[in-house]
Amino acid sequence: MWKLYVAALPANGWNWIAVWRRNYLAWKKVALASILGNLADPLIYLFGLGAGLGMMVGRVDGVSYIAFLSAGMVATSAMTASTFETIYATFARMRAQRTWEAILHTQVTIGDIVLGELAWAATKASLAGTGIGVVAATLGYTEWVSLLYALPVIALTGLAFASLAMIVTALAPSYEYFIFYQTLVITPMLFLSGAVFPVNQLPSAFQHVTRVLPLAHSIDVIRPIMLGSPLVNVGLHIGALCCYAVVPFFLSTALLRRRLMP
Amino acid sequence: MTGNGRVLRQEAENQLSDREMAQEAPRRLEPSPFEWKDQTGPAVKTAIPGAIPTVAIDVASVTKSYGDKPVINGLSFTVAAGECFGLLGPNGAGKSTITRMILGMTTPGTGEITVLGVPVPSRARLARMRIGVVPQFDNLDLEFTVRENLLVFGRYFRMSTREIEAVIPSLLEFARLENKADARVSDLSGGMKRRLTLARALINDPQLLILDEPTTGLDPHARHLIWERLRSLLARGKTILLTTHIMEEAERLCDRLCVLEAGRKIAEGRPHMLIAEKIGCQVIEIYGGDPHELSALVSPHARHIEVSGETVFCYAFDPEQVRVQLDGRAGVRFLQRPPNLEDVFLRLTGRELKD
Repeated sequence: MWKLYVAALPANGWNWIAVWRRNYLAWKKVALASILGNLADPLIYLFGLGAGLGMMVGRVDGVSYIAFLSAGMVATSAMTASTFETIYATFARMRAQRTWEAILHTQVTIGDIVLGELAWAATKASLAGTGIGVVAATLGYTEWVSLLYALPVIALTGLAFASLAMIVTALAPSYEYFIFYQTLVITPMLFLSGAVFPVNQLPSAFQHVTRVLPLAHSIDVIRPIMLGSPLVNVGLHIGALCCYAVVPFFLSTALLRRRLMP
Repeated sequence: MTGNGRVLRQEAENQLSDREMAQEAPRRLEPSPFEWKDQTGPAVKTAIPGAIPTVAIDVASVTKSYGDKPVINGLSFTVAAGECFGLLGPNGAGKSTITRMILGMTTPGTGEITVLGVPVPSRARLARMRIGVVPQFDNLDLEFTVRENLLVFGRYFRMSTREIEAVIPSLLEFARLENKADARVSDLSGGMKRRLTLARALINDPQLLILDEPTTGLDPHARHLIWERLRSLLARGKTILLTTHIMEEAERLCDRLCVLEAGRKIAEGRPHMLIAEKIGCQVIEIYGGDPHELSALVSPHARHIEVSGETVFCYAFDPEQVRVQLDGRAGVRFLQRPPNLEDVFLRLTGRELKD
């Protein structure tokens, strides 16, 4: 059994690129609609909450509320873009479109496919996060150069959430189950991670939960970078995000091997 | 050059030879002396240590159960290099399961499988490098063009864009899709999609092709075109493993076949040998009356009788005698024909192969 699991792992360091390129080619055909779709939601939050709530809230942690929120929205858009790509689009490629079946008939392994899909979801997350960042920089809520520094963290955030979502994809019998992940995991995470208000506003019990949430780790790095404030515990946050990217990768590969190669 | 060196060179330069073939398409139609030798059959072959195995697939005592339900039950067969081997049986007989096992996609419960000299599933990836697959259901990328489908698929075999671009013209020509290179796959007919899937399976210039019901659901014209293409592949020395429940397909294409029922092998051999051995006489299909009354009527002149649904299958050395009995009976219709694999299956299992 162990031997079969090892055979399902990535065969080498480059097979995943072919999977990534397939998704990129498919995306290129609908790029404009996809970009607009991924940006619309976080932008509505940014301006809806930022302008409306910002009037009442005033300044948060020494900056305008909309500047505070924009950093949260960069991380959040990366989270949602990669989560949705992995649960819906990847599931479709695995099931309805039979794309994975075709790939598995070649020398590409399940691990290669998973890696390619994760890299692709992280790419889309980077696009979405950077898109919000560009709007924030244009409006003067952050420096352009800060955006450049934030980019690797945005990509890592995308990778971590894609990896987590891949477990859900590996286990879900059908699309209907994804709504539970959305409503019970992703949406609460938005409010518990300090994306829309500072974590210290939460009851202390919830603050303990916050410490382990991947979105909180992401925001704790992206926000100081974007607002130009000092970075604290950066190694811890990046390390936590790396764990969220790596551990679920191996777990989901094992689950998918069991599911697809009974 | 020794056999050993030749094989190593062939494997190492697999992708290069693809390119060479594309530049000189006609060369591809001529089997190399090495491939040609494979076609002469196992009897005259001498085993060269480390050479391309003369046995393409070896399935030995394979069993597989899902829960308590056995799907493959002590199955053994061997496919020689260069031959077309058919797996026949109704839906649920285990054809697709054994196909998946050969590809390393399903693990056997017990038994050994060797494909192109490589143990499967433990080293299936190595075998899949030299295998082309036409799956039962199309899994082309519908939003891509014909050319893009081939391009994307070639990359899964680690071919460079240039290498793939070089083989695409010969593959399109093979699939008779020269004019459709830039058409979206969703706009192709069922037959064209099937031919594209076949072309796609050839992109890595495989030694072995695994075809899972390649013509199911196609109209007769499209089906004949696929058969003609498959015969041309056999002429090039490719080995084909074919699953089907279309008797005509098996009779036309297969050198040897194996009939499966409920995961067990119930017969194996050359199609015409099987027919001669198991039936060996003319068949008269009779319908349009009470089948039991009809079978009683013709039984004195029949060697054997099978009743399936409303049809009586009468196997007779002297069909004239049977026809005399039936002539003039109101509403009764009959058809005399040579025996086929359908009859073999009916004889072996007591039921028709059709679902």
